Amino acid sequence: MDLTTDFFSLFQLPRAFRIDLGELDARYREIQAQVHPDRYAHAGEGVRRLSMQWATRANEGYLTLKKPLERAKYLLHLAGHDLQAESNTAMAPEFLMEQMEWREAVMEARSGGDHHELEHLHHRLRQDLQGRYEELAALLDDKRDPEAATEQVRRLMFLEKLLLEIDDALASLEDGEMDN
Amino acid sequence: MALFHIAEPGESAAPHQHKLAVGIDLGTTNSLVATVRSGMAVVLNDEQGRPLLPSIVRYLPDGQVEVGYGAQSWQARDPKNTVVSVKRFMGRGRKDIAHVESLPYDFVDEPGMVRVKTCAGVKSPVEVSAEILKVAKARAEAHLGGELVGAVITVPAYFDDAQRQATKDAARLAGINVLRLLNEPTAAAIAYGLDNAAEGIYAVYDLGGGTFDISILKLSKGVFEVLATGGDSALGGDDFDQRIFCWVLEQAKLPPLSHEDARLIMTRAREAKEFLTSHAEAPITVKLSSGPTIDLTLDVATFAEITRNLVTKTLQAVRKALRDAGLRPEEVKGVVMVGGSTRVPQVQRAVAEFFGQEPLNNLDPDKVVALGAATQANLLVGNKTGGDDWLLLDVIPLSLGLETMGGLVEKVIPRNSTIPAARAQDFTTFKDGQTAMAIHVVQGERELVSDCRSLARFELRGIPPMVAGAARIRVTFQVDADGLLAVSAREQTTGVESSITVKPSYGLSDDEIAAMLKDSMSHAKDDAQRRALKEAQVEAQRLIEATQAALKEDAHLLSAEEIARIEASIAKLQTLMLGDNRRHINLAMDDLGYETQEFAHRRMDQSVKRALAGRKVDDLNTAEEGSQS
Repeated sequence: MDLTTDFFSLFQLPRAFRIDLGELDARYREIQAQVHPDRYAHAGEGVRRLSMQWATRANEGYLTLKKPLERAKYLLHLAGHDLQAESNTAMAPEFLMEQMEWREAVMEARSGGDHHELEHLHHRLRQDLQGRYEELAALLDDKRDPEAATEQVRRLMFLEKLLLEIDDALASLEDGEMDN
Repeated sequence: MALFHIAEPGESAAPHQHKLAVGIDLGTTNSLVATVRSGMAVVLNDEQGRPLLPSIVRYLPDGQVEVGYGAQSWQARDPKNTVVSVKRFMGRGRKDIAHVESLPYDFVDEPGMVRVKTCAGVKSPVEVSAEILKVAKARAEAHLGGELVGAVITVPAYFDDAQRQATKDAARLAGINVLRLLNEPTAAAIAYGLDNAAEGIYAVYDLGGGTFDISILKLSKGVFEVLATGGDSALGGDDFDQRIFCWVLEQAKLPPLSHEDARLIMTRAREAKEFLTSHAEAPITVKLSSGPTIDLTLDVATFAEITRNLVTKTLQAVRKALRDAGLRPEEVKGVVMVGGSTRVPQVQRAVAEFFGQEPLNNLDPDKVVALGAATQANLLVGNKTGGDDWLLLDVIPLSLGLETMGGLVEKVIPRNSTIPAARAQDFTTFKDGQTAMAIHVVQGERELVSDCRSLARFELRGIPPMVAGAARIRVTFQVDADGLLAVSAREQTTGVESSITVKPSYGLSDDEIAAMLKDSMSHAKDDAQRRALKEAQVEAQRLIEATQAALKEDAHLLSAEEIARIEASIAKLQTLMLGDNRRHINLAMDDLGYETQEFAHRRMDQSVKRALAGRKVDDLNTAEEGSQS
């Protein structure tokens, strides 16, 4: 157990996509209770630096394992499958078509100030994402098919970004209403 | 030997003895000092029994400095030399300051931070704040009867890196060992949460004299976790005064005013605001030096109307913070009100309406931040009182990023990341044979560099000439537990490195601080040297105690040879510590630090392992306390 221990071992969780988030929370807090800089505020400089490195590592690990997309990427990374997000942009044409339709719908709702439609799109996309994460869990934990999992992760990256855009549009609409 | 004053109260040798630590709320309008006494956080009053220290500094031609109530009475008579609300200038350039034209000061716009020309010379906001902190420190030491081990200084959660660094510099200049910069709403949450054994999601709405913060926290079994924070570091009670001031000018149709008269009306405006917290209308009567007398009445409805968009602005920040936390207003269990400006009735009403519940006002909104800071300071120096132990997980308020091609910002650490946090990002060269790379660090949420705050610029030089795109430059951001950023850059293939603690472009350089410290002490040079020696001795003693305690507990982690080496280092330091050569003491401390580095690593690894082996944190602490006594 040191600063280079992988995040699953650090939090003593099985190296899998399906993890117990409650366990993760508990382990994270147990570790922070030991290493947080507030425990060493009065120690020498070397110990303070070490505590900062540990606490930083625990925060990074917690974030990585908590978010499903990050967790999947990290699992694939540990298994030696990097995503090559930039260099490998090939996507199935159907998926791209679907994406374009989604984006058009979001743009239309945004420019029309259609709060209701944006909420609806948010909800639909959430459901779509949930189904895809279940598939991803099966690919990673049951079928053990890293190639297919990588493909799914790359699609999820698109969709999560789209969800952010919808939420941003909703937020700016709400702020606009507050101003009036 | 008489030289060896280590066992003075407050720097006591034995680890179980109470160490003197305070929390300081360095406010825009007022500052406070608090400490924990017999397990209770209390605010320390001045000699006249007054808890507040007005954050006002007056410079006199003979070099004397007046701080607090003494300076306050001069603000209308000597406005140019009496600096009020200096917190608004911390880490700010002239263009960043609201209503700058209506302020009476002669500003000098230096790169990074504005300065004020006074009869005692040009003063930076850091120096002015240091004067307030010096008085706070003196008050604490008078009460506690000894030298402070350290202090927790509070800052608005929404303070950016420049403002935080400026605050830390001010404390250093005042001779204060900063244990931690603590966010004001978080300090309030500690005070409130511990008092009320609160569990669940809480919002802290903190409207001070010059700043507004909103923090959303999750409180559970000894953990204070900030989920999101937001605010406006230039919005506070001063702006409410300013609105009344403008209303008065409009109503009375006044010609341009002298600085003295403007100050006077501003003071009356503030008094009217305070009066309206418990009255339906407030009279505003001002006898101007230019002749005319103003006689007006401001009613609550008008006051609410002229300040409506200020309140709306705070609620927008509240919505954004809730959104960042992924929560709805009805999921918030309680809303803690902090800061004197939350006494304004329309603020109370608006917050109650927004959250659909009456806000919590059972703590004094002026004192709660200082009390929380004192409690945290007490924990940080290791004064454990009973079973009190908690963990604080705070966040950075604004995203940190780098300038990329076309003046765009690449975010490296997003806002609301739990600190300490680090993130590395790889970049490459875009020209063949490029040997240097400019790195521009910015903070803010906008996409364009020009819309964000510039924190620092530095250059990585000595990159070996390669074709464009071949170099791998890794830029690493590290934010520490004070929310302060350090950036380093490294070319991966050759190891060429460059790093910076983000600061010189806006703050004071270490040299500047050293020079100021020297200046302030030049009339007592021997004094300064004696003080420095004593500090080194105290520090050495602390280091020895900590090392011995660690050896007692965890000697099993070391080989006999390693123990012998550490013990030899301790012995050497113990001998040198009795002498008066500060440099030798420091060298011996470095040496001991070096010898114990590996030991520290092993202990930290062990404590993580233990934590995960299912032992409760409480058990460990009990075990530690047991082994110390």
